[in-house]
Amino acid sequence: MTVTPLGIPRRLLEFTIDGQEARVPEGSTILDACRAAGKEVPTLCEGDTLRPKNACRVCVVEVEGSRTLVPACSRKAEPGMVVHTGTERARHSRKIVLELLASSVDLSTTPQVAEWIKEYEAKPDRFGPDAARLNEEPKVDNDLYVRDYDKCILCYKCVDACGDQWQNTFAISVSGRGFDARIAVEHDAPLTDSACVYCGNCIEVCPTGALSFKSEFDMRAAGTWNESEQTETTTVCAYCGVGCNLTLHVQDNEIVKVTSPHDNPVTHGNLCIKGRFGYQHVQNRD
Amino acid sequence: MDLHFGDSKPTDDERAAVDALLGPPESSWEGADRSDADLRWARGGREARDRRDLLLPGLHAINDRIGWISEGALDYLCRRLTVPPAEAYGVATFYAMFSVKPRPATVLHVCTDLACTAAGAPELCAGIEARLGPGVSVERSPCLGLCERAPAALAIRAGDPVRTAVSAPATVHEAVLAASSPDSAPQEPPAAMAVPQAGQDGLVLLRRVGAVDPESLDDYRSHGGYTALRRAFELGPAGVIREVTDSGLVGRGGAAFPTGRKWQATASQPDHPHYLVCNADESEPGTFKDRVILEGDPYALVEAMTIAAYATGAHKGYVYLRGEYPRALRRLEHAIAQARARGFLGEDVLGQGYAFDMEIRRGAGAYICGEETALFNSIEGYRGEPRSKPPFPVEKGLFGRPTVENNVETLVNVLPILTMGAPAYAAIGTGKSTGPKLFCVSGSVERPGIYELPFGATLGEVLALAGVRDKLRAVLLGGAAGGFVRPDETDIPLTFEGTREAGTTLGSGVVMAFDDTVPLPRLLLRIAEFFRDESCGQCVPCRVGTVRQEEALHRIVERSGAAAAGDIALLREVGRAMRDASICGLGQTAWNAVESAIDRLGAYA
Repeated sequence: MTVTPLGIPRRLLEFTIDGQEARVPEGSTILDACRAAGKEVPTLCEGDTLRPKNACRVCVVEVEGSRTLVPACSRKAEPGMVVHTGTERARHSRKIVLELLASSVDLSTTPQVAEWIKEYEAKPDRFGPDAARLNEEPKVDNDLYVRDYDKCILCYKCVDACGDQWQNTFAISVSGRGFDARIAVEHDAPLTDSACVYCGNCIEVCPTGALSFKSEFDMRAAGTWNESEQTETTTVCAYCGVGCNLTLHVQDNEIVKVTSPHDNPVTHGNLCIKGRFGYQHVQNRD
Repeated sequence: MDLHFGDSKPTDDERAAVDALLGPPESSWEGADRSDADLRWARGGREARDRRDLLLPGLHAINDRIGWISEGALDYLCRRLTVPPAEAYGVATFYAMFSVKPRPATVLHVCTDLACTAAGAPELCAGIEARLGPGVSVERSPCLGLCERAPAALAIRAGDPVRTAVSAPATVHEAVLAASSPDSAPQEPPAAMAVPQAGQDGLVLLRRVGAVDPESLDDYRSHGGYTALRRAFELGPAGVIREVTDSGLVGRGGAAFPTGRKWQATASQPDHPHYLVCNADESEPGTFKDRVILEGDPYALVEAMTIAAYATGAHKGYVYLRGEYPRALRRLEHAIAQARARGFLGEDVLGQGYAFDMEIRRGAGAYICGEETALFNSIEGYRGEPRSKPPFPVEKGLFGRPTVENNVETLVNVLPILTMGAPAYAAIGTGKSTGPKLFCVSGSVERPGIYELPFGATLGEVLALAGVRDKLRAVLLGGAAGGFVRPDETDIPLTFEGTREAGTTLGSGVVMAFDDTVPLPRLLLRIAEFFRDESCGQCVPCRVGTVRQEEALHRIVERSGAAAAGDIALLREVGRAMRDASICGLGQTAWNAVESAIDRLGAYA
C-alpha cells in the first residue's frame, strides 16, 4: 500500500475574489486562490519552485482597504479580504508594466507576453524612439549556455535558484542599481572565471529566454529552431543513483535542450551539469 | 556553500585595512598563510557567515584606505567573512560612494540637488572641473544635507586615516582647496549656525544646540541630560510606552506612524532578541535636521535610544548614519565612547541592571536605504533593497527579529515627553499633531536653517521667520518625495492633517522656497534624475518608470501648452502605475513633486 503523506491539516479561510466566495487553505497566496478559481492573472517573475520575489508587479490586484495595489503572487490570502483582479486600476498598472518592460527589454522569446500586450492594449512604442533600452550583447563565453541580458527582466529567479533556494553556489548576483542593475558574476567576469558549476538550474527558471542552451541560441541565430517540430521525452538520468527526471527536447533526431519536470518531488526541476548538459554521447554516431 | 575565489591578491594596504576591522586572519581558510593544522580542519561555517553584517563596514574600510575596491581586496574581504564574491560585488556596486574601478584617492562630491542648483551648483561644478587636474575625481552628488549653506561640496581623501573636508557655501577656490588639501581646509562653522533660533527661550528639541559642548558628557548633563533616562527607569518599560503613547508622538521621518503603538507592538513580541534601529540615513533632498541634532547635541540621541531600547526590551541598538555626514559621525562616535566609558551604555546602564549598547553603521550613498526594510538589508550586508511587507519590522525586522526603527527627530522627542510628562507635551501643537516640529528651511530665504515650531504654525509663519525673499515662485514641502505648493498658499497649517487636507504632504519637514532663478522645468528634471539614480531597480514600475519619467521631462523642458500635453498625459499614466504598483515608498512617491508642479503650479501650461 502506498502511503501518501497528508501533512498537517490546514484550516480553510474564506474571502472574496471578484464578488465570488473563495475558500483556500491557510497560507495560500491570492494567486493560488485566483488560479484555483480559474481566473487569469499574468505573472512573469513568479516561479513554481521559488519563493515569490514580486519584482515584476505584473500580477498586481486590488485589495479593498489597501492604499496601493498588492502583488497576488506573494500576498497571503486573509479571511474576509475583498480582492478585485480586473479593475481598471489593476489593469492600468499591468498595462504600464508591460509597456515599460517591452520598451526596454527584448521580450521576443518570453512566452505569453505578446498575448498580454494585446489583451491589455499596451503600446510600448509610445515612449518614443529614444526610449532607453538595456542594449546588452549576448555573453557567449562557454560551450554550454548563453547569457543574453538584453532579454533580462531582472526577475531575480536565476539568482535565487543559484543561491540559497536551490543550488547554494552563489555564482551570480544583481550588480549595479536602478536601470543599470544587471545580473553578473563577481567583477562582471566571464562565467568561466566564476563560481558557476554549470548545473543550468538558472536556465530552468528563466522566464524570458535570456538564459538559454548554447544549442538553442545557435539554432535560433541560424533560424532552424522550431518548437513545433520538437518532441519532449521524460526519462530518468543514468549518471548516478539519485534518479532525476530529464525531459529531452528533440528536433531532427538531435537533443537540443534538456529540462526537468518541476513537479518531481525530489529535484523540483533541478539537475547537475551531467544531467543538464552531458547528453552528447547519446547522439555520437561514429 | 562552496566558495570560489579568483587569483587576485590584496595589496598590503588593502589587507591591513580589512584586518584593522576584523583582526588578523586565524587560518589559511581566512586568507592567512597555510599551516599544517589548516590541512586537517576547515574553518568558516555558520560562525563566519554570522559576521555577514560586517561586509558593509569592510567595504568602507577598503574604500576609506584606498579610495576604491579592487578585485583582490573584495576577494580577501569575502574570504574573511565567508561571503560569495558575486554577492559582495553586487553589494559594492549598489552604493554610489564605492567604486570597483580605479579612481583617484580624492573624490570631491559636489551637490547638484535642488537647493544647490538654485544657488549656482552648475557653474560651481564647471569651475571646479576646469581647475582640478586628474588627481581628483569630481562627482555630481545628490543632496549632501547642507542646504542651509548651499552650494555645498564634500571632499573625501582616502588614506589612513581617511580625511574629509566640507566646503559650504562653496566657491570654486574653496572647493578646490578642500579637495587638494583637506587637512588645511577651514573648519566648518559650528552646528548652531544652522539654527537661526539658537539661544531663544522656549525651544524644546533645539534648546541645547549651540548652548552645550557637543563633545562633553558633563556639559550635556549640566544642561538637563540624562534626567529623561532616570525618569524612564522610575516608570519602567510599560510606563515609558504609556507616556509615549499618551503624548501622541508620531514618526517624524515622513510616514507619521504613532510611535507608542510601534513600541508596544515590538515590546510584546515573544521572539527575542529585540533590536532598536535609529534611521539617520537622512537623504531626502532638502533635509538636514538630523545632521544638526547629531552635530550639535549628539548625547541626546544616545540617551533617547537608551530609553527606546529599555522600553521595547532591546539590548542592542544600531544607528544607520548616512555616509556623507563626516562630522556627525565623529561627534556621535565620540559621544557613544564617552557614554560607554562612564556607564551610560554597557552591561549595567546607570547601575539599573539593564544592558544596552549601540553601534553606528555608515551608509554609502543610497537614498533607498532610508526605507526601513532596505536599511535592515543594508546593515545585514545585503543589497539595500526594500523587503515586501508584511511581515512588518515590529515582527520580523533586523536579522529577522522584532525591531523598532525610528528617525533621529522622533527619538529625541522622547526626552521632553519624559521630562515634561505626556500631558504637557501633548498640549503643544494641535490635537492630532502634537509636540514641536523641526522644519528644514532652505532656498530663497534670508536665514535658511532648522526652525523649531509647535505643530500648527502655517507655511507663511515659517517662511516669514526665515525671511522669505521676493519673487517667490513655489515652495516644495517634504522634499523630492513631497509636493510643490503655490506662494499664495501660505495659510496651509504645517501639521500632518493640515497638509493632507490641502492635498500635499509634510514629509520630513522640508520647506524649500524657490524664486525664478532656475526655471521650474529644470527643477522637475533634477527631481526626476534623482529618482532615476536612486531607484534600487528591484521592481519594474520604479526601475523603468523613473527612466521614462525623466525622458519625458527632458523632452518638454523647453515646451509648454499643446506641445507638452502628450508627454504630460504619458507622465500621468506612468506616474499612476508607479504610485500604485511599486514595492516601496520611493517608487510610490517618485511622481508626487512633478504632479503637484503640473496641477498646482501650472507648470508647462
